[in-house]
Amino acid sequence: MFEYAPAPESRDIVDIRPSYGLFIDGEFVDADASFKTVNPASEEVLAEIAEADAADVDRAVAAARKAYDGVWSSLPATERAKYLFRIARIIQERSRELAVLESIDNGKPIRESRDVDIPLVAAHFFYYAGWADKLEYAVRDPRPIGVAGQVIPWNFPLLMLAWKIAPALACGNTVVLKPAETTPLTALAFAEICRQADLPPGVVNIVTGAGETGRALVEHEGIDKVAFTGSTDVGRQIARSVAGTNKRLTLELGGKAANVIFDDAPIDQAVEGIVNGIFFNQGHVCCAGSRLLVQESIAEELLDRLKTRMATLRVGDPLDKNTDVGAINSAAQLEKIRMLSEVGEEEGATRWSPPCELPDRGFWFAPTVFTGVAQSHRIAREEIFGPVLSVLTFRTPQEAVEKANNTPYGLSAGVWTEKGSRILWMAQRLRAGVVWANTFNKFDPASPFGGYKESGFGREGGRHGLEAYLR
Amino acid sequence: MSDAVSVSTETLTGAAELRRFLHGLPGVDQVGAEERAARLATRSIKKSAKAEAIDLAIAMVDLTTLEGADTPGKVRALCAKAIHADPTDATVPKVAAICVYSDLVAEAVRALKGSGIGVASVATSFPSGRAPIEAKLADTRRAVEDGAAEIDMVIDRGAFLAGDYAKVHDEIVAIKAECGDAHLKVILETGELVTYDNVRRASWLAMMAGADFIKTSTGKVSPAATLPVTLVMLEAVRDFRASTGRQVGVKPAGGIRTTKDAIKHLVLVNETAGPDWLTPEWFRLGASSLLNDLLMQRRKLATGVYAGPDYFTLD
Repeated sequence: MFEYAPAPESRDIVDIRPSYGLFIDGEFVDADASFKTVNPASEEVLAEIAEADAADVDRAVAAARKAYDGVWSSLPATERAKYLFRIARIIQERSRELAVLESIDNGKPIRESRDVDIPLVAAHFFYYAGWADKLEYAVRDPRPIGVAGQVIPWNFPLLMLAWKIAPALACGNTVVLKPAETTPLTALAFAEICRQADLPPGVVNIVTGAGETGRALVEHEGIDKVAFTGSTDVGRQIARSVAGTNKRLTLELGGKAANVIFDDAPIDQAVEGIVNGIFFNQGHVCCAGSRLLVQESIAEELLDRLKTRMATLRVGDPLDKNTDVGAINSAAQLEKIRMLSEVGEEEGATRWSPPCELPDRGFWFAPTVFTGVAQSHRIAREEIFGPVLSVLTFRTPQEAVEKANNTPYGLSAGVWTEKGSRILWMAQRLRAGVVWANTFNKFDPASPFGGYKESGFGREGGRHGLEAYLR
Repeated sequence: MSDAVSVSTETLTGAAELRRFLHGLPGVDQVGAEERAARLATRSIKKSAKAEAIDLAIAMVDLTTLEGADTPGKVRALCAKAIHADPTDATVPKVAAICVYSDLVAEAVRALKGSGIGVASVATSFPSGRAPIEAKLADTRRAVEDGAAEIDMVIDRGAFLAGDYAKVHDEIVAIKAECGDAHLKVILETGELVTYDNVRRASWLAMMAGADFIKTSTGKVSPAATLPVTLVMLEAVRDFRASTGRQVGVKPAGGIRTTKDAIKHLVLVNETAGPDWLTPEWFRLGASSLLNDLLMQRRKLATGVYAGPDYFTLD
């Protein structure tokens, strides 16, 4: 047996301060209250984080307004681009540090933060830096909207920040961004990067906090645009609070994506795609392929192969370079995953996990697959947001489309077949913002991303992503 | 009466069935296969795992010389190297075999007598395979008679690409019959088959015809062994055992020059076919310069410092 020795990435490269303030008008400032952020792999407290109240948010919005009126909106587009290019380069230079920090605060494997998250963050800034002085080729008479209030989730902390801030700044807006309560550290490192890049004070403001801080931000009268990524429930509340105001709104919410495997699929790659679809980032992915729809004629063979493959997944220390599945981000999320998995068993689905030893401390959940799932089961309908796959079968392409679309969500879908015409036929009929063919969970700054139905509205990425930040 | 009618119906049915079977194998998505191989290549193998991997890799090496300029002297030198890879360190494992042209088998067998290291011979008009079947059979027979324990044959790529799978199949069967007790490694020359679908079909074709090992390349065509090609072949042997119960070995050859390359291949084996294949009996590395790099890295791990290239023998 070939055992891989532990290969931990060094933590020495990151310097986590004992406490962090809010980043307002180019300065770190204290707040009255604070909360702690922990390492989900060990439950160790990492730092004390300032919690912004309504007055702090007010100051941040005022700083963003001042920067918008005074500097940013009237700056030549080529100058805006220079700042964004500079930020992108600094992100690349500090990529190892940011990757380690992301893994420590979020629990995701270093392989993913190093090879996926941080390279995409830099790519996103480079991409929108390129657009800054070419906006008139995207829309007629492009004008910025003003101050954007942005609230992002904990699953891809720095990447979601990039998706929000890069297009906003490229279009001439200023921002107040609230990172998720459990993952503020890379956003605060980004605040330092803004200073390093000499970004004018107030163009980017970071207010840390939980739900109340987020509410104060999206309900603030001084903002012109709200961009939110997160749960459908919170998205609904935001839509209610924004209704009747002049604020623009984009929402990127939950998903329950169907990953559809036809009997002529390239089977080994399909197995990889299923694994990548649901176990990537511990399944904390809004577009995760959480519903496997497999053609009944190959279901048994495919599941055997999938289980064999799942048994090779390495679960454990997120900083080990050979880890495939890291820690669940928080105790609350772990509880939700456990609860829905128990519901799955009660509803009569068959639960299976490979034998795998989980660490004693921290938040962990073994990769899990449920077979014998029906459309009427809760685990086929509700977003679990964890490493839990529900397997359903279909007989014909029509039935596959019907089942895939029979969900309140519509963020993404996958199709696996060697038949090109069937890919096109399926893509036309699947009601999902992204349809992947013979791959899954692929992201590129040039490709728009966003949902149908309860998965939200508006697009991020690509030329389409500019529209959310232009009048 | 046309020529086709003179071919027996039985053969025709066999050929058509073979073709249907091979084309019925699941396809390989190129992007996905390359992505998977690249991801496995990022595994970080350090410390004790690296030491273990290096010794395993040395024991899997088929130390090879396949040049027009090969002489008995050159072959004897290589055999000495196989026995004493590192003259200063007796704990270095032996390599698996020596691989030479068929006319030099007798020389190699003499030089390796009593060492426990086998002699593998390329045969069947290596590397192109462009010769009448009689010549290929004679080539093989001679190598076996001279004491080769393993025969590395090449498939008829022309026939394969022309869709004449039956010809390729029957040729492998005929060579296998000539091998006697010698193990048969079938070289697919994947650099000429080009697509991964072809690699998967050729792998199954060779295994169905009786191959004991499937081997990527002759080393004379570029690209030779690549990680995705080895991945597809490992999937094939895994699936073949699952469906027939018979285990077949895999040998990537050509282009594997560094310890890093070798370890990437071992990771592929470990996580694709599985630990059952992680022995010299079921996995080989066809190489020449690789051995010295393995020895160099081995000594670095043991002593903490790199010794210069002059501290390792060139043979």
